[in-house]
Amino acid sequence: MADRRSFLGLAAVLTACTKSSKAPSVVEQSMAPYGERAAAEASILRTATERTASVGVGSSTTPLQELHGVITPSALHFERHHAGIPKIDPAKHTLLVHGLVAQPMEFSLDDLKRLPAVTRTHFIECSGNGGGELRGVAGATVEKSHGLLSCSEWTGVPLKVLLEQAGVKPEAKWVIAEGADACRMARSIPMAKCMEDALVVYGQNGEALRPGQGYPLRLLLPGFEGNSSVKWLDRLHVTQEPAQSNQETAHYTDLLPNGKARQFSFVMDTNSVITRPSGGQKITGGAGFVEISGIAWTGNGKIKRVEVSIDGGKTWVDAALEEPVLSRSLVRFRAPWVWDGKDAVIQSRATDETGYLQPTRDEIVEARGTNSQYHYHGVKQWAVKADGSVTNV
Amino acid sequence: MCKPVFKPVFKPVLKIVLLLCAATAFAQTKYPGVGKPVAADRVKAADKTVMADGRGLPAGKGNVETGRALYKTNCAECHNEAGEGRDKQWPALVGGTGTLATKAAKKTVGSYWPYATTVWDTIARSMPYNNPGTLKPDEVYAITAFVLHLNGIVPATQELDEKSLPLVKMPNRDGFIPTVHPDVNAKR
Ligand code: HEC
Repeated sequence: MADRRSFLGLAAVLTACTKSSKAPSVVEQSMAPYGERAAAEASILRTATERTASVGVGSSTTPLQELHGVITPSALHFERHHAGIPKIDPAKHTLLVHGLVAQPMEFSLDDLKRLPAVTRTHFIECSGNGGGELRGVAGATVEKSHGLLSCSEWTGVPLKVLLEQAGVKPEAKWVIAEGADACRMARSIPMAKCMEDALVVYGQNGEALRPGQGYPLRLLLPGFEGNSSVKWLDRLHVTQEPAQSNQETAHYTDLLPNGKARQFSFVMDTNSVITRPSGGQKITGGAGFVEISGIAWTGNGKIKRVEVSIDGGKTWVDAALEEPVLSRSLVRFRAPWVWDGKDAVIQSRATDETGYLQPTRDEIVEARGTNSQYHYHGVKQWAVKADGSVTNV
Repeated sequence: MCKPVFKPVFKPVLKIVLLLCAATAFAQTKYPGVGKPVAADRVKAADKTVMADGRGLPAGKGNVETGRALYKTNCAECHNEAGEGRDKQWPALVGGTGTLATKAAKKTVGSYWPYATTVWDTIARSMPYNNPGTLKPDEVYAITAFVLHLNGIVPATQELDEKSLPLVKMPNRDGFIPTVHPDVNAKR
């Protein structure tokens, strides 16, 4: 059947060629103005989940187990929305900077593109990523366990430049960033972060931002919880105190066993996960060489070391880190493994440049209890069975 | 530096002051001519920030009884008659008091939120979910009063305005602590 179909396909091409009186050819597809991936890869998709029947509150997760390197294709970048994706006319969109500044200023997209641009590779991770692992409903695949994580090359202007352009005053301590989505989501950002490495970006992986990533403009706070990188950014209010907005009080605060909650816990902790072989995959062809490969990341700066275990954490060997190792970016690690064809439990653990070691789930539970679903970063393990199947344990 | 006091009657003067301000700002910045200085009325129209101490709240007032009726028409469809939430779909706005230090912690306006201003701001900017930003300040004060009353935080006779709202003490006002980072110590 398959043979006959391809034969028929070829016949159609031949007919077309005959008509244009050119030499017969097996070329099946010509250039397209905007490229598509191979048909056989089209099943690699995000999983989108609406949380309520009110459309727009929900998330979609990145199938990290299917990706190579560290860049997430823009179309597969995870999303988490609190009130859907707004349609914005970039020609009318402006960014207002006001509050504790010498002169309130407004920047159009054209204005922003006149300023010296920077391009940097950074991950964005939702603060709730891995929350299921903490609660003991471990994900069957990397997408299920860690898919609220993506990494892109972002292009824009340092936030510092815009604040200085408006004449930010010395007494300013916070910047309240607000988006143009239906709920006008707002987060208060400490001034130190705004001046250190915060970006206001319009570019993602060489193109304009995708609508789900804040088109035409978003804040990008490297290494901070994703919710604070406000999308559809149109207002920056420079203040002395945080606003205590919904998202920085009712949500994205970390409830501890004693009933108190950590607030403004922005930094995403040092983390890693093996993406190949990983849950849901199968090693085909039996015992022999299999490369163990995965990703590591930290909001603290650079990843310094990743170790891999094939015996459930009893012994560890160093994995190789693929260069360049960039600050607050995903890093790809690789470790050669000659699999003996027997059951194995594989794990990875990362150490960052401050010396912080990725903890186990038990160590996190000991420090924080189980009420907070945010900032989970425990060691993740996968079970490889003798038949080559890989499952979550 | 340049802080002109805006009074509509002095419009021509204002323009000159603004231009002077703009000129100074440009002369001082590293990237002259990029970005447009804006006047106070543009800022005022866009500035919807409500601070925890009440700065930014618009003038207005509303009471629990008015709020009860407004809630019924605007909110009950999703959050249910008494704010108990619906079908595990729409969040509960009441309950959970005393649960924060237990394994069954329930975080709601009443049990968790530290500031009454955040309730006002959440409703004003994002609710009703399908029609956000349409309620008038008086209506938001009234609905806020009703939601706080549902939680036993204010009495049925309460009226709230921009002065009294920030003074409402939320039960979990002192429930938040600064983050010490890192907080987990892994053993090698
Ligand atoms: C069409 C359904 C719908 C209607 C009507 C609606 N809401 Fe909501 N409300 C939601 C959804 C959905 C959320 C959760 C949004 C999110 O997760 O970001 C929410 C969240 C909230 C929250 C925050 C709860 C929390 O714990 O974070 C408050 C407060 C609230 N609504 C109050 C109101 C009030 C008051 C009204 C009436 C003026 C109203 N809502 C009308 C759907 C609705």
